[in-house]
Amino acid sequence: MNAKYMFSLVAVIVLFLLAYAGVEAAGLHVLFGVVIPYAAIAVFTVGFVWRIVNWAQSPVPFRIPSTCGQQKSLPWIKPAVIDNPATTGAVVIRMILEILFFRSLFRNLKFHFNEGNRFSYIWEKWLWLGALAFHWAFLAVVVRHLRFFAEPVPFWVQWVEQLDSFFRVEFITDFLQIGLPGIFLSGLVLLAATIYLLLRRIVIPQVKYISLAADFFPLFLIIGIALSGILMRYFLKEDIVGIKEFTMGLVTFHPSIPKNVSGIFYVHLFFVSVLLAYFPFSKLMHLGGIFMSPTRNLANNSRTQRHVNPWNYPVKVHSYEEYEEEFREKMIEAGLPVEKEL
Amino acid sequence: MASNKQMYDKGKVVAGLVIFVILITFPFWYNLGKAAPAPELKLTEKAKAEKTCVMSKEEMKAGHMQLLDIWRERVVRNADRTYVNESGKEYSMSLSNTCLDCHSNKAEFCDKCHNYVSVAPYCWDCHIDNPKEAKK
Repeated sequence: MNAKYMFSLVAVIVLFLLAYAGVEAAGLHVLFGVVIPYAAIAVFTVGFVWRIVNWAQSPVPFRIPSTCGQQKSLPWIKPAVIDNPATTGAVVIRMILEILFFRSLFRNLKFHFNEGNRFSYIWEKWLWLGALAFHWAFLAVVVRHLRFFAEPVPFWVQWVEQLDSFFRVEFITDFLQIGLPGIFLSGLVLLAATIYLLLRRIVIPQVKYISLAADFFPLFLIIGIALSGILMRYFLKEDIVGIKEFTMGLVTFHPSIPKNVSGIFYVHLFFVSVLLAYFPFSKLMHLGGIFMSPTRNLANNSRTQRHVNPWNYPVKVHSYEEYEEEFREKMIEAGLPVEKEL
Repeated sequence: MASNKQMYDKGKVVAGLVIFVILITFPFWYNLGKAAPAPELKLTEKAKAEKTCVMSKEEMKAGHMQLLDIWRERVVRNADRTYVNESGKEYSMSLSNTCLDCHSNKAEFCDKCHNYVSVAPYCWDCHIDNPKEAKK
């Protein structure tokens, strides 16, 4: 047992109970269905912009990119164009690879002592793979959900849906019927990847040691979102047309509360609202932060361009020329060599 | 430094933020000025006369796809073609001959909701014979 993850788990359970009881027992449909989602999207957007503006106000006077290869140097030395970018173009490529494929995570290594205290590096790709699966699945899930927020549904949302339901998993027993509605792979991958990322933080001692409640909370929250979504789609069978009418009401500013929608839908909505509102104030801001990282987004051109610290205070200097100008006569009198005779 | 705050790389940062806000508010501007109420279904005269479907309206609305899946399994694997519903009435388990017999107006009935929530069922890959409409 660990206080940090127990704290986060309990927090998510409390949020679940809050939404479920709030809707099912207290009848606060308007609060959980309309007020909180609007507030959450407002907090998310304003908070996100505020954080970015705040970061943009931090000066980065010098070039501090992490250099992962040979710097551009003499013509016969082969430079690492992307890993040690010298131009803006190379930086753009580096950023795209970083953002889409997590290249720096791919470099992740594990260190280990072999027998006889021989130090060795171990190929460790699981974190990279888990992170990649998680982020891409989450993106697919978000894009898929746009079908509830757009009428008519854009073609690219339908493409993602078709791609996502590419595997027709069909399975029927007396207890269980799987196959219709079609299985969306992204939801399952999202759940599996989140659980892996959570277990990693619980099982590996070193990772557990550096994990805080703020690391566990979003994981539990996203697991809650994925579970409630899967539950609604495949098992509870919510009134999907009613839900779309409700979400369309939200985005056209004519909110109406759907009938015959269970508390789990409000739990799902509340979890997402909490995630959005929590986003700007948490580690999740790496969504914006990745673009702002000076160790990634700067070209390593310190040797070709001079970067002057913009807030250097003016230093009062007295050059030798001025010095000799002032004391020339006295210097000649004292027999000291001067550059310019009288 | 708190007094004279300024944004560095202002052009790039503001451009990025504008893109971010446009993406985030996509549902709001995409649907601007559009009302999108849930579609109203038209029942055929035959369906109206029949009064009840094989299950209650609520159960059908939520679970018709699972029922069809189970029907197909029973017919194709077990050669069992008779479905007895809760009130004891017997039906032939057939999309074309039972469901689409009453609901022969696919465009006004099936498609309305399916299109609204962007569902593309593969039923129609084969069962295009009985919607008594012109094939497209």
